[in-house]
Order: sequence, then C-alpha cells, then structure tokens
Amino acid sequence: MSEAGEHAAGSADDHGHEHPKYMLIWLYLAILTALEVGVVYVDVATWIIVTSLLIMAAWKALLVALYYMHLKFEPNRVRLVALAPLPAVAIMIIAIMMEYV
Amino acid sequence: MAHAATAGRVPERGLDVYTQKVGMWVFLCSEVMFFAGLIGSYVVLRFGAADTWAEPNEVLNVPVTAFNTFLLICSSVTMVKAFAAAQEGDQRGIKVWLLSTTLLGAMFLGVQVYEYTELVLHQSWEGSHGFTPAAGLYGATFYTMTGFHGFHVLLGVICLGWATIRAWRGHWGADNTHGIEVLGLYWHFVDLVWIILFTIVYLI
Repeated sequence: MSEAGEHAAGSADDHGHEHPKYMLIWLYLAILTALEVGVVYVDVATWIIVTSLLIMAAWKALLVALYYMHLKFEPNRVRLVALAPLPAVAIMIIAIMMEYV
Repeated sequence: MAHAATAGRVPERGLDVYTQKVGMWVFLCSEVMFFAGLIGSYVVLRFGAADTWAEPNEVLNVPVTAFNTFLLICSSVTMVKAFAAAQEGDQRGIKVWLLSTTLLGAMFLGVQVYEYTELVLHQSWEGSHGFTPAAGLYGATFYTMTGFHGFHVLLGVICLGWATIRAWRGHWGADNTHGIEVLGLYWHFVDLVWIILFTIVYLI
C-alpha cells in the first residue's frame, strides 16, 4: 500500500469523527465545579466530602482528557503514549499511602 | 474534511501521528510526573502536619477561585472550538475562538494576581499579618503549587497570543491545523492540572 493509501486507510491525524458536543462537555464541567464548591459547605462527615470531591475532580479531568484532548478518538498507540506516566504515578501514590498505613 | 488537516502532506511513519503531536504528548508525560511530584509532596507534608493547615475558606478565597476555575473551563471550550474552526477552514471562527482563549487565560492570571495580592496584603495567618510564601508549610506549598501552575498558564497565554496574531495573518486553515491542535493539548492539560489543584489545595 502506498503511503497515501495508508493515510487514506486511517491515520491517527485524521480525527475522522464527528465533533463531540463541546458545549455540552463545558456545561458538565461547569455544573461539576458548582457542585464541588457546594459540597464544601454541606455539613456531613469529612470523608464523604473528600471522597465526593475526588470523584468529581477525576470525572472532570476525564472529560477534559477524553473529549477536549480527543483521547476518546485517538488510536490506542497514542493513548498508550498519553497513559505512559500513570504506572509511575500509581507507584508514587502507593508509596505515599504506605507512609500513613 | 477528515483529511483536510494533513492534505498534501506525506504521512509520518512510526506511530502514524505527526511529530509535533507525539512530541507534545511526551512533554505532557514529563509534566504529569512534575505535577505528580508536587502534589505528592503536598500530601506528605499536609498529612504530616495537618494542624498547620487552615480549613477551606478560612484563608483562601474559594468563591473567587471557583470563578477562576470557571474561566479556565471556558478557555478550554474556546480552545477546542478554535481547533474545530481550523479543521473546517472557518477563518473568522479561528480568530474569534483563539482571541477568546487568550483573553480568558489572561483573565485567569489577572484573578490569580488579585488573589495573591489580597492574601499577602490583607489576610492574616496564625497571628501575623499577610499570608506569604514564608507562612510555614501551608504558605510555601500553596504558592509553589499555584505559582508553578500560573507560570504554565503564562507560557500558554504567550503562545496563544502568538497563535492569535498568526490567525489574523491567515496562517491557520484546514490545511494547517497542527499548531492549534498541539497548543490545544498543552492548554487542556493546564486546565486538567488546575481541576486537580483546585480540589486538593482549595476544597479539601
């Protein structure tokens, strides 16, 4: 297959997908931010507040990475590059947690 | 439209992704480790001396920072809209969205400068006037983490300003989107890091 033919078959640069609903993602992010701020003022156990804040932050980060950074539409080889540092981060988190266990 | 971004170019081998994009992702990997190191240090220091940390809203201004977070979220959507406009060859869209992103980034920095000024000049901490980087572990870690992030935003705003000037010169288009996409990856990463920092530093 020629280079051009390979490209036509689907290169990672194509972004050959419909644009995600960017404004809807923005709305999710704004609502989650408002919820995060609201949770701080709720009178419940600290562990509930911390857990819900961490879940919402992870959710927001995931939305940005998947839709705005287009990782949802990238081929696995690009995702692999993007996720490469996460095992090292996981090791660091485990090491830190062991300090307090 | 699908091939517009690379029309007329010879596809690169290896990952089959253009070099600048791979380069940016590798750079962002190093940035992940950089901020992971900062956040990890913060967690160790904070849990090691929890009594020297203030409650949320006691020292830091959560409503103002929440507004700043909202600005950065808005700048992320304008950035991705600039990329979409470039893919479609929409020259007006490229200019409007890039300029919006630059202004929102600059506003974020302005609010951060206001926040720092208020903390240093008008906030009290442990009986002394002014919450500065010298205000114990709490002050040192707060200014280190938010300061490094602010520096990244500053670099992003400078690059965005440059990209906006080029947009007015007609540099970007359906056949030239790589610069906007790569800059967008950096900008969204800066937004992503702030999402984590806002939660860990201001809310918890």
